Amino acid sequence: MSFEKFLFYLFAVFLIGAAVMVITRKNPVHSVLFLVLAFFNSAGLWMLAESEFLALALVLVYVGAVMVLFLFVVMMLDINIAELRAGFVRNLPVALVVAILMVAELVMVLSPERFGLKHYAAPAPKPADYSNTAELGMALFTQHIYAFEIAGAILLVGIVAAISLTLRRRPDTKYLDPGQQVQVRAADRLRVIEMKPEEKA
Amino acid sequence: MIALSDYLIVAAVLFSVSVAGIFLNRKNVLLLLMCIELMLLAVNINFIAFSHFLGDVHGQIFVFFILTVAAAEAAIGLAILVVLFRTRRTINVADLDTLKG
Repeated sequence: MSFEKFLFYLFAVFLIGAAVMVITRKNPVHSVLFLVLAFFNSAGLWMLAESEFLALALVLVYVGAVMVLFLFVVMMLDINIAELRAGFVRNLPVALVVAILMVAELVMVLSPERFGLKHYAAPAPKPADYSNTAELGMALFTQHIYAFEIAGAILLVGIVAAISLTLRRRPDTKYLDPGQQVQVRAADRLRVIEMKPEEKA
Repeated sequence: MIALSDYLIVAAVLFSVSVAGIFLNRKNVLLLLMCIELMLLAVNINFIAFSHFLGDVHGQIFVFFILTVAAAEAAIGLAILVVLFRTRRTINVADLDTLKG
């Protein structure tokens, strides 16, 4: 067994194991942390498939931003875990049957007889000076520039939606309107009065 | 050498695990969102594997856009979840019956 194959099985086993832990843990914080592990291992798989840019983007953007967001929300919400876990054991047989059926069917379709090395030969390793980022950027900024712009707009909409959903104005907070603050002139605050000096007796 | 079917089977198992997760944790909106993230990850693995074996960079472009949309979806979903918890003090799916649908 080559080292590559060993790495592949290592990442794959940890990925599936972490995914199983995500769906079975009692504490949602543990679930998020196992989800982080799953993302790390799938980044390793992507690295093996020579998609270096996306593997790094997955770790930086997904683990660094989205998973931290999940972690914040999980820790912020004071949820009753026992109540949410009700029905876990009752649903377990159905879930197992569905999952095993899906795996069996998918493995039958995606078997090595159809998608093995005979039909899809392993591509030759890329040369040392090959840049995955450059190739991806070339396709992204020429052929797919409109889709790229739309993705940017979607992210902007996401920011605006998330902020406007969670923003709340409480009437009792001590809040200064910045517009009014900058409109203040010296005359509003300071009054200069003239008075005669007092003469000494 | 690693075959295309290896990648596809890993992604298929991951997808099935997350489907089972939706069955198991169907009361907890937070876990449902996490399972959706896992499903998207499984789909992305398929795209990357085909991109690698067919020598076509467009599979990776697809993954790029899926990651973008998934990030926006997670942000908005979690914002809705926070607002929901603020008003109802619960994230149990069974309690979300205000619309009487």
